[in-house]
Order: sequence, then structure tokens, then C-alpha cells
Amino acid sequence: MKITMYVNGSEHARDVEPRMLLIHFIRDELGLTGSHWGCDTSNCGACVMWLDEVPVKSCTVLAVMADGRRVTTVEGLARGTRLDPVQQGFTACHGLQCGFCTPGMMMTARWLLDHNPAPTETDVREAISGQVCRCTGYQNIVKSVLWAAAHEGDA
Amino acid sequence: MSEAYGPRPRKEDARLIRGQGKFIDDISLPGMLHAAILRSPLAHARIIDIDTTAALAHPKVTTVLTGEDLAARGLAWMPTLSGDVQAVLATDKARFQGQELAFVVAADKYAARDALELISVDAEPLTPVMDVSVATSGDAPLVRDEEGFAGSGNRIFDWSAGDEAATEAAFARADVVVTADMTYPRIHPAPLETCGAVADYDPVEGRLTMWVTTQAPHAHRTLYAMLTGLPEHKIRVISPDLGGGFGGKVPVYPGYLCAIVASMTTGRPVKWVEDRSENLMSTAFARDFHMHGEIAATSDGRITGLRARILADHGAFNAVAQPTKYPGGFFHIFTSSYDIPAAYCSITAVYTNKAPGGVAYSCSIRVAEAVYLVERLVDMLAGRLDMDPAELRSRNLIRPEQFPYTSATGWEYDSGDYPRALALALSLSDYEGLRREQAEKRARGEYMGIGISLFTEAVGAGPRKHMDIVGLGMADGADLRVHPTGTAVLGVSVQTQGQGHETTFAQLVAHELGLDPDDVEVVHGDTDRTPFGLGTYGSRSTPVSGAAAVVAARRVRERARIIAALMLEVAEADLEWLDGAWRVRGDYAAGAGIVEIARAAHSSLDLPDGVDGHLDASAVYNPPNLTFPFGAYVCVTDVDPATGSVVVRRFIAVDDCGVRINPMIVEGQIHRGLADGVGIALMQAITFDAAGNCLSGSFMDYLLPTALEVPSLELGATVTPSPHHPVGAKGIGESATVGSPAAVVNSVMDALAPFGVVHADMPLTPAVVWGAISRGLGPGRRLGRRDLRRRSGDALARDQGRGEDPALGVALAVADLSEQQVDGGGGDRVEVGADRGQWRDEVRGLGDVVEANHADVVGHSPAALVQGAQDAERQVVVGREDRGDLGHPGEDLAGAVARGGVPVRRHHRRDLRARLG
Repeated sequence: MKITMYVNGSEHARDVEPRMLLIHFIRDELGLTGSHWGCDTSNCGACVMWLDEVPVKSCTVLAVMADGRRVTTVEGLARGTRLDPVQQGFTACHGLQCGFCTPGMMMTARWLLDHNPAPTETDVREAISGQVCRCTGYQNIVKSVLWAAAHEGDA
Repeated sequence: MSEAYGPRPRKEDARLIRGQGKFIDDISLPGMLHAAILRSPLAHARIIDIDTTAALAHPKVTTVLTGEDLAARGLAWMPTLSGDVQAVLATDKARFQGQELAFVVAADKYAARDALELISVDAEPLTPVMDVSVATSGDAPLVRDEEGFAGSGNRIFDWSAGDEAATEAAFARADVVVTADMTYPRIHPAPLETCGAVADYDPVEGRLTMWVTTQAPHAHRTLYAMLTGLPEHKIRVISPDLGGGFGGKVPVYPGYLCAIVASMTTGRPVKWVEDRSENLMSTAFARDFHMHGEIAATSDGRITGLRARILADHGAFNAVAQPTKYPGGFFHIFTSSYDIPAAYCSITAVYTNKAPGGVAYSCSIRVAEAVYLVERLVDMLAGRLDMDPAELRSRNLIRPEQFPYTSATGWEYDSGDYPRALALALSLSDYEGLRREQAEKRARGEYMGIGISLFTEAVGAGPRKHMDIVGLGMADGADLRVHPTGTAVLGVSVQTQGQGHETTFAQLVAHELGLDPDDVEVVHGDTDRTPFGLGTYGSRSTPVSGAAAVVAARRVRERARIIAALMLEVAEADLEWLDGAWRVRGDYAAGAGIVEIARAAHSSLDLPDGVDGHLDASAVYNPPNLTFPFGAYVCVTDVDPATGSVVVRRFIAVDDCGVRINPMIVEGQIHRGLADGVGIALMQAITFDAAGNCLSGSFMDYLLPTALEVPSLELGATVTPSPHHPVGAKGIGESATVGSPAAVVNSVMDALAPFGVVHADMPLTPAVVWGAISRGLGPGRRLGRRDLRRRSGDALARDQGRGEDPALGVALAVADLSEQQVDGGGGDRVEVGADRGQWRDEVRGLGDVVEANHADVVGHSPAALVQGAQDAERQVVVGREDRGDLGHPGEDLAGAVARGGVPVRRHHRRDLRARLG
């Protein structure tokens, strides 16, 4: 099937198998390997990206379902050369170790801060509760997101 | 003084936060093919035929490998890390569900998966051996019936450690012996990234480049050479960014070898990456220890002996990743943090029709099991002695002045101050306050638990004379090159999976040389660019490889001293290393730092004979001993008896890993392990049904803790340097995974004490907790002595202000309960009573719980109840006939229980009635 997708602001047209998963399309067809695959069953959230402006688990979305829609991945998170406050927060607060869950976590965090600029710790924990991190015990991820909220307006 | 140590953001973050990490599935080579593995749906089956004709006819399929194809190359079987062999692709039998049968190579991964469906397997199902306890019974089918296994009867080895006779004597003399059976379930480290490889064989150069998810790239290179016959210098192993490992990425898995063979066969790069089900079902299980533990003590709480008998389920092949000389791993460190004079353990390992592996999962192999066993036993002993578990531990800890301490089973601990760690943990947690809170909550019918655990890890293997894996001694190299402009590159053998080696190791070198850590680049994960070493597991990176880096840096520093003396025209003896430079004694301003010295070392400066130019050095570090990090943890839980759900409310962790190079990274490592403790204690388990089906083959069934289950973690630190590590550091990567599960379980058991629950095996899912409450009160199950005392007439009398008259206390409590229940029960019938004596003999066999019906309460005067209680020396029982009691214990019943009543189950009551006719 022929599909057109707007990924991180760029238009991409491809002919894909109807069964192709969005995560495979993004990684294998477009070479954007920042989003990861981790479980097949929508449990781990390593594949979280935005479809239009909503975080989705792209291992359970077909690429053809994203036809004509906007997709934002971790590669689209920075504003030009300036890192998103969420990215800055993750490094400032040691919010990542192996880095495999990190892109998905950051995409959710960005969405959270867009909708709730001053989240509580509980808000952050609930927001990322559909995603698994095996390295940080979540402690510093939570801290990173709260750091980002506090530094949102920084130049 | 160099400020290289201390918290500092990680170098590896820059690529990872931009989505520019390079993980195995991100590797893409021109012409690359994609592979998928056909796996056995049966746990035990005789293979008759594997027909790949249809798969080979698929237009996108390049090749299909079967066991027969590998046999032709002598590769159908491969040696394991424990002296056994493991099938790469099965030729004779499938021995576990998920075992590798065929390897399909196709143009893309979808096609490879499609072609799996086209392979036809003819197999005869065999009865699987799934229950470890009957595996060696003689009646069980044989998992291994091939040549060389005759008569083994599914038994792999028997191994023991310690002094059996001395331990026997200690138990014979003991005032108190507590015995328990407990299982440390089969679990899986489940790194978020699964395992995979890209094999690229160049037939012209005869060279294999192998990108693979390995924590031990050099050991893998040697193993691939041994297995394939390719010369080792023609093999380059690259371990890219790893999405976690936790022990699971130590072994060589069949998929790796198949990828190599497929690349050699097709002449093209071949990628194989397992999916999550394959990961959980076929690679890297951990634990699966079935333990019978015994602890002996004096009546005043001095532990005098420890004994354990273990049945270890190793699955279908003995592939445990552990040093050759220690078939039971390091389990025999099981006296752990306590000064126990006599200890003995014996381990029998058996084959079953489950996945092989046996990785450490964030511990030195089997230390997690050892700590769990002793910490549970100590808690049970505290219950038996009616002693506070913190106090019992305090009385038995190894004292600081005893270090270096030799344990009853022969371990020499390097350093420790356990009382200090425990005291800090108790103080950070406000332990006394927690106990007060618990008492208040129990009075309200709320179930809060406080669990303590201490642990001692044994990490940083070797020394090489004691420890090797497949004959490779456990020592690691470091190569350090200081460039003419004074920046440096360090090559190490170990492999980060998120631990931040690129940062910590740069800090180590920078600290020794007075450089900025940003000026030290750490290279790892590429065998062509790094020195040989055994890799990262068992928390050995900083203890071994970090030490190698420091030794190399100090060699550079000594060379620099010679050059500095020439530069400054002074004698070497007149120089001292101070604040990151060689300085002339007595003249602080006169000196040379590494940057200036490096320039001189590469210049035309005329060096004396025997002094090479440049500023490079290498080292191989063979550790003199393991390092022994330790810690004390307190876990606070709240348990809802109605649902059995457990909430970990607080986790206080005091860790001592010696000198902390980057405390931020150290704390991150501890956070991870504490989350592991929550997961392992409460939800993670790989389980099977009797037919051999794995019931935990996805993240929908194998549950991992999320941000909602892991609380905000409270850390404390003490620093007791290792006396033998060059900078006094110990390993930290796995401490918390070792120490934390016991704290969680001890906490939940503490919460459940009023229900008479003494032990339940992990994972403490709501169903397990609820079941434990029920069973704890059911027929034939004795309540813990500690619980009985807490509910004794004395206690009840005190509650009622009748300290001198326990029987009256019981009666008043009963009367009080009765009114409350009737008033507040919303029409439920409420039963409260005390045995009057005439049933005494009948009910004795049913345990300590007796009951009388509603009529007994209303029909008896307080005096009669007093008499009854005195006669029976029994407990008060409350329960609601119509609701099965514990199935729906409302507020009122919970309150009653807290006041000393013991809820009973309906079937117990039926049982009682039946027996009474």
C-alpha cells in the first residue's frame, strides 16, 4: 500500500506491506533508529512515539494507520540544535542508564509537560506507568521530568 | 587535588538522549539478510523429521539451517559455560519449550517469520520433567538420554561446602532451631533490549566481524574461535550499546552461532534478533533454587549454626555461567553478614525440561539466593525468639574488628562495618517510629510490615587461580595511551550495559593523572581496539577492570616522573606527585603536569637508556581477592488483606561499596537493584504448567515493576574502603538486587504476622498473599509462636487494663468484640468465642485455632468464658459464618483480628463440625 507520513516535519512516501508495524516502518524504512522495539505486546513502551500529537506504542500500530498523519520521534525532540528541556533533564538528573527506554520515556514526558506544565511526582509516575525501565528504578526519570518542568522557560 | 571523582553527568548520555545510540538492531549492513528461529512448541519430544522444503521454496528465503546442517560442520552441539554441551539446533530431541530447531535466513524479517510456518516438524511427544523434586526419583523420564549420560538419572552434580560435622554438633547443642523450606523462583533478567547478533563473514580475508549483545566480548571471541575453528585473530567482536544485560548477555546463545554459520554459508551479513517471547522462554533464566534451610541459636539469640540443602533446577542443559571450580556458584557465602561459627550447605543440581541458562541476574552467581535464605531464616528466628529482628541481627553481625573475616565456609571478607550500616538504616527509617506506627495500625486493623535485610556481596572475580570460565582466568587488561597534547584514550575489556563505564573509568584515570575526565576517552566493546579480559558481570568492572585502569595510569605517572625530572633538571627523588602534577619538593610552583610531560615524552627530549618515549602503559589486573560490598535495607509495606495486594510504601537502603568514584552513578545502580527487589519479591516469575508450557512468555505474564510499584527510594551511604583495591572501591552494580528481595518479603511477612503467616514463597502476588493468609489460618497449619504470644491472654489483658488476669482479659476482649461486631456488622452473624474445654482434644489436631459459635457468646456469662479460656489456653476466634470470613473481611473483622481474634475459614469450621459429629 502506498502511504505518506510526515515524520519530524519531513514528508515520506513509501509502498509498504499492509501488515508492517509503525515501529518497523520508522526504524527500517526511514532509518530512524532512536525509537526502540522491546516487547511486541504494548507493555514496555520502548517504541513510544507521537501519532499526530498523542503518544502511541508504535509496535501495535500499523504503518498504514499513520497514512497522512504526523509522527514525531525522539529524533524530532530537539528544537534545532537546542535540546528539549526533557533531554536536558534526563542527562542532568541521570535519568537514563542503558538508554533503551529513554526515547519513549522522553516522548511521554514531553507530552505530559505540554498538557500539565507543573506536574506532581504522582502525575509523572502515572504518565510513565505504561512504560518499563529496567535500569533506573524510575527514581531519576521522575526527577528528570520534574527538572524539565522547572526549566521549561529557560533560554 | 584532582576533582575527578564525584557526581558528574555521563559521557554516554549525549548520543542516547538524541536517539543516536547504536544498539544491535540498529546495525544495518549492505546486503544484510534477516534470520528467525523455529522453536519447539513441545517441552520434550523425540524429533523424527524436520522438512524445510517448502520454506526453502519461499521466494525470499536464502537458506534454512537445521541441526543436521550444523552436525555436518561439527556444530550441532556447543560447550556450555559449565562443562556440559547444549544443542545449537536440536537433532535428536527437543528438551524444552522454545528450543531451537531450525534457522531461517531471508531477505527481510517478515519473510523469515513467514517461512517458519512452512517448516514441517514430525516429532513424538515425550513426558516432560517439570517438577524438580521428582526429577531424580528414578521414575522420571530422562531429559538427557544421549550417550555419556547413562545412569545420571537427571542428576547433574552434588556439591557441598562447610564443615558438616561441626554444623551437626552446633545444631545438636542449640536451644532453638528454625527450619523452613523456601523457593527462590525461576526469574529472568529481562533487559529491555533482547539478545541478537549481526554476523559478517568476509570469505576473501577469512575474517568474521560479529556484532553481538555480549557483556563479555573477549570471552565471546575466544569461544567463537574454539567453536567455529576460525583463527581468533581473524575474529572481531563488537558489542554495541547494550540495552541492559544484568547477566543475561553473558552466555553464547544458539542464535549467535547460527548467524555465524549462515553468514559463512551465504557470504552475506546475517542479522538475528530474538523477540520478547524468545528472550523470556529460551535465554538466561536465573535462580530456581529450592532450599531447605535451618538456623540454630541459643535462647538469648546468638546464632550458632546454619545449614542448607538445595535442589537446583538447571533446565535441560547445564549452562550456568559461573567459575569452573564453583558448581554451586557462590551460594556457600550464605552465612552472609553474620558471625556464624558453623555452616554447611549441599547442593544437588538436576535436569528438567526447561530452558537452560542459569545466569546471575545482577549478583555474583547464587549470592542472591544465599542472602535471601539467611535473611528469611533470621527473621523467622526472631519470630520464634519473640525478639525484634533488628536486635537479633545486631547481636550476630560480624564486628568491624573481625575484618579481614574468614567465614565458616572459607570466604575471606576484605572489609566491613555492618553495625554502622544497620544503625544508619534504622535511623534513616526511624525504625522505632515505624514500629509504633505499626502497633497503632494493627490496633485499627491495618496491616503494615517492616522488613529488614542485610547483605554481603562477593564481587570482582578472580583471582584467576581460583576463578575461570571455560579455562579463561578471570583477570582483565587496560591499555592507556596519553597523546602528545595530553589527552588520553583508555581501552578496557569490560562492557557497559548502562553502568556508565565511559564516565567512571575516565574519572579513575583522570584522578590518577591530574586530567579533566573530559580529556579521557574510554574505548570498550570492540575486541580489535581493547585488551583481553573477561567482561562485565558479577559487579566486576570497577573491582577488576577499574583497578587495571588505575594500575596502568600509575605506570604512566611513574614514566612521567622520569621525564619530569629531566624537564625540571632535578632528581626523580626530589619530585612528589601533588595536586595532579610532579612537583619539586619544597617548591610547589616548580612542577610539570601530565599535559606538559606528554608533550615532552613525544618530543626530541633525550631520554636515558632504558626509558621509552611516549606515555603509554598497559596493565593486567589479577585481583588478590573479591571485594565485599554490603548494606542494610529497611522496607515498609502496606498489605490489604481483602485483596492480598502489597504496596511498597518506603524503601530505605544504606549501601557501602567502598570509595565511590561517581556517587550519582552509584546511586543509580542502587535504584535499579531496589526496583529489582520489588519486582522479584512481588511479581516476577517464570512458571510452567505440567505439560511443559512456559506460562511467562511475554510481558503480559512476566510482570515487571513500573513507576507505580516502585516507591521514591531513600538512600544512605557508608564508606569502608576495600583494603586491596587500588582506590578502595568495591563493586556496586548488583548489591541492591541481592539485598532487596529479602527486605520486601520480610516486610510482607511482618505485615501478615497477625494472620499467623510465617512464610510464603516469592513472588508475593495478591493471590499468593491472600492464599497465605488463608492457609496460615487453616487446618493443620500452626501459627508462629511469635504471633501466638502477641495474642496471648497476657496481651489481651494488658489491652483491657487487666494485666494480672489474662483469662479475664480474654473474656473482656471477647465481650467487647461481640458488641462491636453485632452493632457494626450490618446484620452479619458474628461469632466470637473461646473453647470451653470440652472440644480441646478434638480440636488439637486442627491447629491452634479453635472457635465457638454465636450461641456460645450470648449463652455464656463472662465467668464461663474466663473459665473456658483458662481451661483451653486457647486463642480467641472470630469469624463470620455467612461470608467465608477471609474472603471478605470487612473493617469490623479486621478490627477484631487486630484485637487478638483469629479469623477462621469456612472450610475449617466445616471440618471442625464434621469431626465433632
